[in-house]
Amino acid sequence: MEVNWPIEIARAVGLAVTVFTFLAVVAAMLGVLLERKIGGWIQSRLGPKHVGRQGLLQTVADTIKLLQKEHITPQAADAVIFNSAPLIVAVAGLLDWIVIPFGVVHIGGTAIPLVVRDLNIGVLFFAAMASLTVVGILAGGFASNNKYSLLGGLRSASQMISYELPLATALIAVAMQAGTLSTVGIVKAQDGWFGSFAFSQFPAFVIFLIAATAEVNRVPFDLPEAESELVAGYFSEYTGMRFALFQLGEYAEMFAMAALATTLFLGGWKGPVLPGLVWFLIKMYAVVFFLMWTRWTFPRLRLDQLLNLSWKVLLPAGLIWILLTGFAITFLAK
Amino acid sequence: MLLVDWLYVGIFVIVGAIMAALPLGIVWVLSPRLALPQKRMTYESGVVPFGQAWAQFNVRYYLFGLIFVIFDVEVIYLYPWAIVFRQLGKFAFVEMLIFLVILMIGLAYAWRKGALEWA
Repeated sequence: MEVNWPIEIARAVGLAVTVFTFLAVVAAMLGVLLERKIGGWIQSRLGPKHVGRQGLLQTVADTIKLLQKEHITPQAADAVIFNSAPLIVAVAGLLDWIVIPFGVVHIGGTAIPLVVRDLNIGVLFFAAMASLTVVGILAGGFASNNKYSLLGGLRSASQMISYELPLATALIAVAMQAGTLSTVGIVKAQDGWFGSFAFSQFPAFVIFLIAATAEVNRVPFDLPEAESELVAGYFSEYTGMRFALFQLGEYAEMFAMAALATTLFLGGWKGPVLPGLVWFLIKMYAVVFFLMWTRWTFPRLRLDQLLNLSWKVLLPAGLIWILLTGFAITFLAK
Repeated sequence: MLLVDWLYVGIFVIVGAIMAALPLGIVWVLSPRLALPQKRMTYESGVVPFGQAWAQFNVRYYLFGLIFVIFDVEVIYLYPWAIVFRQLGKFAFVEMLIFLVILMIGLAYAWRKGALEWA
């Protein structure tokens, strides 16, 4: 197949800039604001209200504030790794978005999916990129040369790798039913409201949501960042914009997990009247709202409870679900 | 993956790193800089740090990593099977059933031996 390299390079650069800007604005800024507003409403109080209309410019103000803060590198820290850890986490949050299909555009009869690259190993690629965050967190925790950061980084790493396995089993169960690992293919394999995999793969949906919450280090699994326990865990020593980059990576990852949940389980961009992109965003924000809702509802799990949940409950459940799905498809299908 | 897909991944990494480093550059221009020794001390809740920072940590983190590697390899074998097992009939399913049962016995062994306790 002929590849026009200059055009592909230009397209890649354009899409990378667009996706990163989308993440920086929607995930980091709007996401943090949503978190604070929703948290406020759940706790019977109003979130930020003063800055801008109804508090909408709050995160803009926060970003401008953070841009003026001094970057303090602790004397004993390993400077190179210390400075590159936020970049690793931010880039890992960005790379996930290569395989997320935002919708479909009909140009002249052909339906072109709005996706950066429809990789034929899409879902596996997503899981791989989500694992890169662990590297950044370990780097940040270790290079800070601080006992709290080290312990926080190790706890976070052990939590994240423990939850990657149930996440992968959920992805495999969906791939088994759809017959493909490509995200576009998985969306196309779901027809209508009741054909979406949230119904036929409900246990996988539950496992995916729990594992996704743990992968992003959110409550009830946010022991690595527990403000009341480890100060701020692996990012204790990070000031100003570096801290903001960690948060950007974390929120981008959360939105990526929500986007993957809509793609795999909720039918992606499919919906009756509105264009595909609008449905995709509605569904993605519904999942994000659900994640934030669980954040403000549940208490934090202890590390051993968290690891027990992953290894003793979710992983066996995921494997048994894979076997059940395989049995159903092999022996019970027409 | 085609070669052009790797191009996209590479460009996303480079552009992402540059765009993430841009705010850091802006901070470098805008922020005040006053490197006092007290500021650059390691944080330990307001006291002078006690002992070595790169302290010994529990070996159970390593155990979890090890068990993770084993099951991650299992999951890697599951990915291609998940796509093609429809075309391969009942034989493929029974074979994977045996594979998963063997590995679940391994998980049960690790559980009984206490490798999954605490962390």
